[in-house]
Amino acid sequence: MSIENGSSVSEDQARLRYWSIEVFPAGEAVDGHGNEMLADIRRTGVTGVFQVCSSRVYMLEGGLRERDVRGLGGDLLADPVSERWRVFRGLAEREIEGPSVEVHPLPGVMSPVAQSTLSAVRRWLRFRGSPESHIGAVKVARRYRIQGAAGAEELERIAGKVLANVCIEQGYVQGLGRNDSLPTTLPVPPQRPFCVRHVSLSTLDEDGLRRLSREGHLFLSLEEMEAIRNHYRALKRDPTDLELETFAQTWSEHCVHKTLKSAMVYRGDDFGRSGRVEVRFENLLKDTIVAATQELNRAWCLSVFVDNAGVIAFDDEFGVAFKVETHNHPSAIEPYGGAATGVGGCIRDVMGCGLGAKPIASTDVFCLAPPEFDSRRIPHDVLHPRRVLKGVVGGVRDYGNRMGIPTVNGAIYFDERYLANPLVFCGCVGLIPRKFVSKQVHAGDRIVVAGGRTGRDGLHGATFSSAELTSSHADEFAHAVQIGNAIEEKKLLDALLRARDDEGGCLFSSVTDCGAGGLSSAIGEMAEKIGAMVELEKVPLKYSGLRYDEIWISEAQERMVFAVAPGRLQRFLELFEAEEVETAVLGTFTGDGVLEIRFQGQVVGKMDVEFLHGGRPRRELQATWNAKTWHAEQKIRTRDNNGAARDGDLAARLLEAMADLNVASKEWAIRQYDHEVQSRSVIKPIVGPGAGPGDAAVLRPRLDSYRGIAVGCGLCPSKADDDPYWMAIEAVDEALRNVTCVGGDPDHTAILDNFCWPKVDTAESLGALVRACRGAADAAVAYGLPFISGKDSLNNEFVMDEAEAARTGLPQQLAIPPTLLISAISVLSDVRRCVSMDLKEAGNVIVLASAPVREAGLLTANAMHRRVAELIASGKVRSAHDVSDGGLAVAVAEMCIAGEIGASILVDPVMYTWDLFENAPTTYVLEMDSVAAKEVGWPIIGRAEEDRRFRVWHPTAGKADVAVDDLAAAWRRPLGAPAGT
Amino acid sequence: MGNVRVLVLRAAGINCEEEIVHGWCLAGAEATLLHVTKLAEKPALLNDYQILTIPGGFSYGDDIAAGTILAQRLTLELEDSIRQFVDRGGGVLGVCNGFQVLVKAGLLPGGKWDRDRVTITHNDSAKFEARWVRLRVCTARCAFLRNGEILEMPVEHGEGKVMTAGEGTAAALDSQGRIALRYVDANGWHGQYPANPNGSVDGIAGLCDATGRVFGLMPHPDRHLDHTQHPLWTRRRLKPKEPPDGLKVFIQAVEYWRRG
Repeated sequence: MSIENGSSVSEDQARLRYWSIEVFPAGEAVDGHGNEMLADIRRTGVTGVFQVCSSRVYMLEGGLRERDVRGLGGDLLADPVSERWRVFRGLAEREIEGPSVEVHPLPGVMSPVAQSTLSAVRRWLRFRGSPESHIGAVKVARRYRIQGAAGAEELERIAGKVLANVCIEQGYVQGLGRNDSLPTTLPVPPQRPFCVRHVSLSTLDEDGLRRLSREGHLFLSLEEMEAIRNHYRALKRDPTDLELETFAQTWSEHCVHKTLKSAMVYRGDDFGRSGRVEVRFENLLKDTIVAATQELNRAWCLSVFVDNAGVIAFDDEFGVAFKVETHNHPSAIEPYGGAATGVGGCIRDVMGCGLGAKPIASTDVFCLAPPEFDSRRIPHDVLHPRRVLKGVVGGVRDYGNRMGIPTVNGAIYFDERYLANPLVFCGCVGLIPRKFVSKQVHAGDRIVVAGGRTGRDGLHGATFSSAELTSSHADEFAHAVQIGNAIEEKKLLDALLRARDDEGGCLFSSVTDCGAGGLSSAIGEMAEKIGAMVELEKVPLKYSGLRYDEIWISEAQERMVFAVAPGRLQRFLELFEAEEVETAVLGTFTGDGVLEIRFQGQVVGKMDVEFLHGGRPRRELQATWNAKTWHAEQKIRTRDNNGAARDGDLAARLLEAMADLNVASKEWAIRQYDHEVQSRSVIKPIVGPGAGPGDAAVLRPRLDSYRGIAVGCGLCPSKADDDPYWMAIEAVDEALRNVTCVGGDPDHTAILDNFCWPKVDTAESLGALVRACRGAADAAVAYGLPFISGKDSLNNEFVMDEAEAARTGLPQQLAIPPTLLISAISVLSDVRRCVSMDLKEAGNVIVLASAPVREAGLLTANAMHRRVAELIASGKVRSAHDVSDGGLAVAVAEMCIAGEIGASILVDPVMYTWDLFENAPTTYVLEMDSVAAKEVGWPIIGRAEEDRRFRVWHPTAGKADVAVDDLAAAWRRPLGAPAGT
Repeated sequence: MGNVRVLVLRAAGINCEEEIVHGWCLAGAEATLLHVTKLAEKPALLNDYQILTIPGGFSYGDDIAAGTILAQRLTLELEDSIRQFVDRGGGVLGVCNGFQVLVKAGLLPGGKWDRDRVTITHNDSAKFEARWVRLRVCTARCAFLRNGEILEMPVEHGEGKVMTAGEGTAAALDSQGRIALRYVDANGWHGQYPANPNGSVDGIAGLCDATGRVFGLMPHPDRHLDHTQHPLWTRRRLKPKEPPDGLKVFIQAVEYWRRG
């Protein structure tokens, strides 16, 4: 049937409480979203569906006149060229034309589009002279007309697996015999009467304490529960539910890193030497990672391990802040939202560093199972890795792009063991004036929360992220899913920077972001030394009906807490209002050492900050490690890892290596990220005419200067199967190689650690952790790279029952490989001396710079890194690339692909003992002109060639002669086309 | 003759204001940032400026559709002031999201081309994409461009496809010199994807109005202000003599308004 705009209701001026407006693509327009959903549906194995037409439905509540509804359709909601629209009375009436699925947000789920639409409708009414009271609320749904589904059950499956995100949305199926009734009213959140609730703790025995910790989702150990019980016994009262929650948040693994900070006795193989040792660590993190930074004692480290991000000096005026966070558990359940809020949270960490840094770049690293994983072998409640990949890339894209922060560097690493525990690392770099690096809350400062409103979203994130996942988590923790709104955060950023740079001086004395634990963590941390009084009823809410404890621990996004001196409060509030950012004054930092929380005049929590932050019982843990036992265990856990065939001719091996997922082009993902916004990019993630893989990104933090920073990372989890000590060293080595390749300065490079570990409940698993910490610290000291910030995420395991394990062929305890991401940031004096990895010119020679750390030792390897850096700084290197996944052969092939020219290499196995396809640490490939190369004296292994062919000779591996275009095709195929992802 | 004065509009979600201001400053203009709310409170502020610029970003989240809500604000709160500003000889530059806003507010292609004939919608790929493109200037009318020049700069958008309604609309725009920029391939001809990154009709990358003083484009001149921003700069042995392509746009405009 033909659709005329707005024709389906009779002309009258009646007011109705509810209206719906459906907006479709016009006939001539491409329904891109519908086509994408069609492709996604067919990828799940549903072959009958041949067409999906998408539309949006705006549901308007309040009492609009029909005339106004039509005006809104034509003026605001539908595009006059590319769209058509139709009006319906009420919320549930629709034209029935074949099978369809309509997707609505679940009650209470915040929708940025609905909020924006509501204010745009209000504005429209105001300018048309209609009462603004005619609009009360807006809900926006998506509708899909689906041709070719086999039946209602198939539609339902499509709705759940593809169209709706069941954590936050509900699908309504209509047609093919089903007729789900659409809601006829907009949802009203439940209202609950207020009363202060106490938890009887003093009488509980060990079993009772354990049960309370588990059933209350507190995830506290028995010792910790006992400490809290004894504390309240001494106070002669029971804690309120809010107090107990505050302990759970503050003492969570996520917030205090209690495992890494534990005392530990390690008995096992020595570190990098033969023999066995016994070592006692007072505090594992402090005695390894932090000690390395202290030993190096670099003057350019301005703030390390004390703030939301680490800060190093950039020039005399500015510092650069860097933080990398993980957001693994939320991303496992809801990849898009989990990754988006991961990005948002890390950006806020940088915004809340010192008195505020301006975010100038983001990084993202994903560890996932291969996207082609057999869907029949996916455990119940685990998302297919293809959906996870698409979701996390989409989340990073939408949040970063909307914030206007370029996503410049990252990696996607595949291993089956990440199936149920995908890892999402989000990093952010900020530029901060050095005078704003430190901050101090003063007694008497007012507590101001600014940004988004608080809702029930994201409850229990801190405790949840510290626990292992089980197959019931998806339901139990749906409320832990957080919803992001990048524009809210962008407004907050605009306001924060204006308040920081206000003419009369910074308008606030401290700031921190509301991340895991929400207000409880943010205010709790700021009040750690002085105490605070908070009135929770002042917190702006998304909807009424929240309990006081929910307000206190909600992890609603895009909020920050400021400490503002009373004399500056007025100006602070006005400035935020001008930026369209909501603020509320919640109370005062008191100076009495007590954290007092009130709701509607009653005290709902009163805690001694000293006990809250210092009363946690510390543990001494036992750690052991033995290479033989470890190797035996890793063999059980790993399957098909590094399965690249070693037989066959070299050309076939080369093509196969190019198509390995950990080598293959990630261009599909990178192009979706805006990597040039803010106009700072110098070396981009996609390099050369052939779109090769850049080693690290280079940016100019100040647009008025050629001084720059390089940002790169190192990650090699498969090496932990052999020894986590060397895995950590090689991760540091790779991060340094990457920034060195583009022209980074090893003497002004800092690194960050992100440990993602399986369960650490046994001495063996702790032993692996100790080895990685020592490895990271040893490499940091030897290479002169101070750690400035870090984070850990433990217990990345998934537990299945026996039947499920048998059905899927997976171990009952599916654990990730021990994973350490090292991120590096390097300051370089002139970006015009930077080098990219694309081969530049036929006739130049290819030089191998290699001193693999594991054979050569840390000292020799360090000398090699520095010589390469000096050579690049001297301007004699035309291109440089590091050897990592895929080995030397792949590294040179990538340089050919990027430069769209050929190369011939001859590798002497006496001089280079590593397999051609093996990830060799401390190894670089450099392109130089032959005169310069001879001066250097390093092995010349080949030359760049005019024809687009890559030729390799190796005495034992054989020879290959392959067209560069064929290598490029093999390299692009796995993740290249939208197909498959 | 004083400096050319440029007003750069801010709004929730606009995120390219820093590089646009930098571009204007490099070209010798004086640029001032102002939030749209402040301008709406006092539209007469426009009198102090010669060029109004709407930078890229995701104004108001691009909710409903790209640029729609900021366009609504301009239409409801500032339309007459902006039209008078242009009538008095003022210029308007919209980059990326700013271009979407100008089209959706009916300021481009302008005149009798109201918003029922031309729009900007989702890329054919249905995805946000970042890549460098080549552009050919196709009009002698535009105050920001030199006819026939080839320019390279990046596009970074998900909704950049120019779409027209009605037979012959694109041809009519062309004959009136309102198609300011087209996407071209390495040879300078009309190209398919990825040369034309979004499926834009007739390869349209930028439009200007009848005066040539209102100009919008999807690609980002503000991201090619320095030679080290070109993706292939490390392959060049010598620094190019001409200014970077993006900067040329700002320089051209400053020269135009300096001449008066």
